Amino acid sequence: MSQKILIADDEPNILMSLEFLMKREGYTVVVARDGGEAMQAIVAERPDLVLLDVMMPVKTGFDVCHEVRSHADVRDTKILMLTAKGRDTDVAKGLALGANAYMTKPFSTKELVQKVQELLGVEQ
Amino acid sequence: MSGQKKVDRRLWWLLAAAALLSVLWLLATGALLGSTLEPGVRAQVWAALSGPMPLVLLTWGAGMAAIAWALKRWFDHWVTPSVQLAEEAQVLLKTDVVRELKPKGNVETQALAHLFNQLVEQRESYKREMDQRVQTAARSIEQEKSRLAALMSELTQSVVVCNLDGRIILYNNRARVQFRALSSAPGVVGGAELIGLGRSIYSVFDRKLVAHALENIQQRMLRGAAQPSAQFVTSTAAGQLLRVQMAPVRPTLDAPPADSVELSGFVLMLDNITREFEAEAAKDQVLHTLTERSRSALASMQAALDMLDYPDLDAPMRERFLGVLREETQGLSERIALIETGAADSLKTRWPLEDMLGNDFLAAAARRIEAATRLPASVHQGDAHLWLKVESFSLIQALVYLATRLADEFDVRHIDLRLEPAQGQDGKAWLDLIWSGQVMSTETVMSWEMDPMRQGEEVSRLTVRDVVERHNGAFWFERERVRHRAFFRFLLPLAAPQETVEAATFVRSESRPEYYDFDLFQSTEQHSALDDRLLSELTYTVFDTETTGLNPSDGDEIIQIGAARIVNNRLLRQEFIDQLVDPQRNIPAASIPIHGITPDMVKGQPTIDRVLPAFHQFAQDTVLVAHNAAFDMRFLQLKEKSTGLKFDHPVLDTLLLSAVVHPNQDSHRLEAIAERFNITIIGRHTAMGDAMVTAEVLLRLIPLLAEKGIRTLGEARAAAEKTYYARLKY
Repeated sequence: MSQKILIADDEPNILMSLEFLMKREGYTVVVARDGGEAMQAIVAERPDLVLLDVMMPVKTGFDVCHEVRSHADVRDTKILMLTAKGRDTDVAKGLALGANAYMTKPFSTKELVQKVQELLGVEQ
Repeated sequence: MSGQKKVDRRLWWLLAAAALLSVLWLLATGALLGSTLEPGVRAQVWAALSGPMPLVLLTWGAGMAAIAWALKRWFDHWVTPSVQLAEEAQVLLKTDVVRELKPKGNVETQALAHLFNQLVEQRESYKREMDQRVQTAARSIEQEKSRLAALMSELTQSVVVCNLDGRIILYNNRARVQFRALSSAPGVVGGAELIGLGRSIYSVFDRKLVAHALENIQQRMLRGAAQPSAQFVTSTAAGQLLRVQMAPVRPTLDAPPADSVELSGFVLMLDNITREFEAEAAKDQVLHTLTERSRSALASMQAALDMLDYPDLDAPMRERFLGVLREETQGLSERIALIETGAADSLKTRWPLEDMLGNDFLAAAARRIEAATRLPASVHQGDAHLWLKVESFSLIQALVYLATRLADEFDVRHIDLRLEPAQGQDGKAWLDLIWSGQVMSTETVMSWEMDPMRQGEEVSRLTVRDVVERHNGAFWFERERVRHRAFFRFLLPLAAPQETVEAATFVRSESRPEYYDFDLFQSTEQHSALDDRLLSELTYTVFDTETTGLNPSDGDEIIQIGAARIVNNRLLRQEFIDQLVDPQRNIPAASIPIHGITPDMVKGQPTIDRVLPAFHQFAQDTVLVAHNAAFDMRFLQLKEKSTGLKFDHPVLDTLLLSAVVHPNQDSHRLEAIAERFNITIIGRHTAMGDAMVTAEVLLRLIPLLAEKGIRTLGEARAAAEKTYYARLKY
C-alpha cells in the first residue's frame, strides 16, 4: 500500500503541481484548500505526511500544526511546512510547534521530493 | 529760623526752678534776719523796707533775666544742637533720605555730626554695592532665561518639562502646536485643554506609562549610566502616535551626592510619528506583497516549470502547467507595476525599541504581575548579561494580561518567568511565561493572542500579536509534557552592543516661548482639601458666556464662551478659550446690540455639546470664577443631562467677593469694579473680553481679601455666602 500525503495550500496553482508531482512519485494524494479542511482531512484520512502551507484562511499552518501535535489520534503525523514567510522567527516558531521540516517558497521540487522521502523513510 | 523755633521746655523748667530757688533764698534770708531782731526793731525794719520793695523786686527780676539769658546761651550751645542732631539722624535712619548733616553747636556735637555723616556715607556705599550686585545677578538670570527661551523656541522638537507630579512647568511653541493635533476637539480649544502651565501631563499620557519610564530612568541612574533617558511610544485618545523621549531633571545646587537617584522633575521630548508610522505600515504592506506573495507566485512557477521537464507529460497537462506560468508571470508584473505607482516612502521608522537589561525587565515584569494578579511570580535568573531590545511597557502589559487570564480562567496558582538566548538563533532570546495546569486549546491561545488586552477596567488598543509584531518577534504556546507544565514563548530581539545617537537638528524660528513657570517646581501635590488652600495658590478658570437671553429654562442658549486661566497668581494670556457656539435656535434681534453676535457669525460653529466637553477639560482641577457666576452656572448645569458633564467645580463669584471687600459701594457691576481698580477694558461684552476683565478683578481682589483675613478658598466662599444672604434679606 502506498503512503498517503495531504497537501494543504490555498493557492490552486501550486496545489496542481504538487499533486501531480506526488502522484508521480507514487504516493496517494489528498488535497485541502484551507486550514479547516486540512485538519478535517488529517483526522479523516490519516495521511502519513502533510505538506502544510502556513498562510491559509480559516486556520493558519501554525494552528493546524499545534492542533495535530496535541491531538491524541494523529499526533505522529509527519508535517513539512511550506511558507512564503522568509523570516527566521517564523521558521523558529514552526519548528517549535512541532513541524518535522520547513521549506521556504520558492523551493525546487527535487529537494521537496528528497525531503518527503527522508521524512517517510525509503520504505517502498 | 532759630528765633521762631520753639524753646526747649526744659529751659522753662530750669528757669522756673531758678526763680523759685531765688525767692525761697530771699524769704529765708528775710526770716533769718527777722529772727535775730527785737520785735519792735523788726517792725521798724519791715516798715523801712516796704518802701523800696519794688526796687528789690526789680533787682530780682533783673537777676532772673540774667540767669535766663545765661541758661538760654548755655542750652543753645550745649543741649539744642545735640537734640537737633538726634532728630535729623533719626530721619536719616528711618528713611532713605541722603543728606549731609550741618555741624552746629559745641565742638563735641560737631564731631558727632561728622561721624554721622561718615556712617551715612558708608551705609550708602554699601547699599549701592549691594544694588549693583543684585542687578548684575538679576541681569544674568534674565540673560539665562532668555537664552533658555531662545533655545527652546528654536528646537524643532516639542519639549515639555514637568515636575514630579506631572504638572507642566514649561513647554515650547512646538509642543503647543503638537498638542493641538492631539486634542479631540481641535477646532474649539486648540489643545489648550491639554497643555498649559500647571496642568497635569497625565491627561495626555497614561500615568502608569510615565511612572514606568521614570522607573527605568532611575534604574539606569543607579547603574551610573551617563545619559539616563528612556523612551516610549504611546497612542493618544485622538488616535495619534507619539514617540516620547524622557530625561530626568535632577535637583540643582546643594544636591545630594552624585550617586543618588533623586529627581525633581522630567523633560519630555515628543515626536508625532503617526504619519511616519502610517507610511511605515503602508510600506510594510508593499513589502509584504512584494516578498510573500512573490514567493508564493515563484513557488508555483518553479513547481510548474519542474513539472514541464518531465518528458512523459501529456499535452493537456503540459498546457495546464504553461497556463500556470502565464498566469503567475502576469500576476507578478501587475504587482510590481502597482508598487511603482504606490511610490512607497523610503523613510525607515520602526516602533522604537530600547535596550534593557534582561534581569531588570524580568524583575519589573514579575513585580507588575504580582501587583495585578496577586499571584506569586518568580524569576529564573538566567544569563545576567542578556540585553533585550524591547518596548518594555507594552511587553509587560502583554505578560500581565496573559497572567491575569491564566489566573482568572485556568485557575493558575503560580507564574514563572524565564529568559534565555534562543537556541540556534543568534541575536534572539526566548522569554517564557510558565505555569502548570490544565491543557489549553489552540482556539484559546489564538483568541488570547488576538483579543485586545484587558487589565481590570482598562482595555488597551493593543493585542498580544500587536506587541509581538512591534518587536518583529514571534509568539507561541508550548507544553513540557514531562513536567506537566506549559508556557507561552515570546521570541524577542536582543540588543546590539552599540546604538548610535541621532544628532539634533536646529532650525531658526521667530517665536519665543512665554510658556514657563519655574515656581511650579516647588509646588508638590496638594493633599489638603481645596477649601483649605490659599486663594493665591489656586488655579482658576475665569470664564464668561454670552447667551440668547436670560432664561436657560425657557430655551435660551449659550452663543459664546470665553475662558482664561490664572496659575500661581498670573493671568496666562496664551491659554484661553474664545469660542462662538451655534445655539441651534434664532438669536433674538433685541439681544444682538448687547453681545454683537449675529446669526451669521454662529453659522457653522460647533454646537454646545461639542464645546462643553472641551471647556470641561479646560477647567479640570481648577476653581471656576465668573462675574455673577450663578447666571453662567445655571446655563452650564442645565446642560448636565444632555452632555453628561458635571460642573461640580468650586465656584467663586467676583460680584460677591467685591461686595465683601467694598461693602459700602453702590455698584458691583463689572464696569464699576474695573473702574475702581483702574483696569482698562477691552472688548467688553464679548465673552473673552469679560472673562479677561473678571480675571484682572480677581487678581486685585485676592490681596484685598487677605487684608480682611480671608485667605483660603473656604473662607472666601463663606464670606461670599454671607453677603449673598445679606443681599437677599434686603
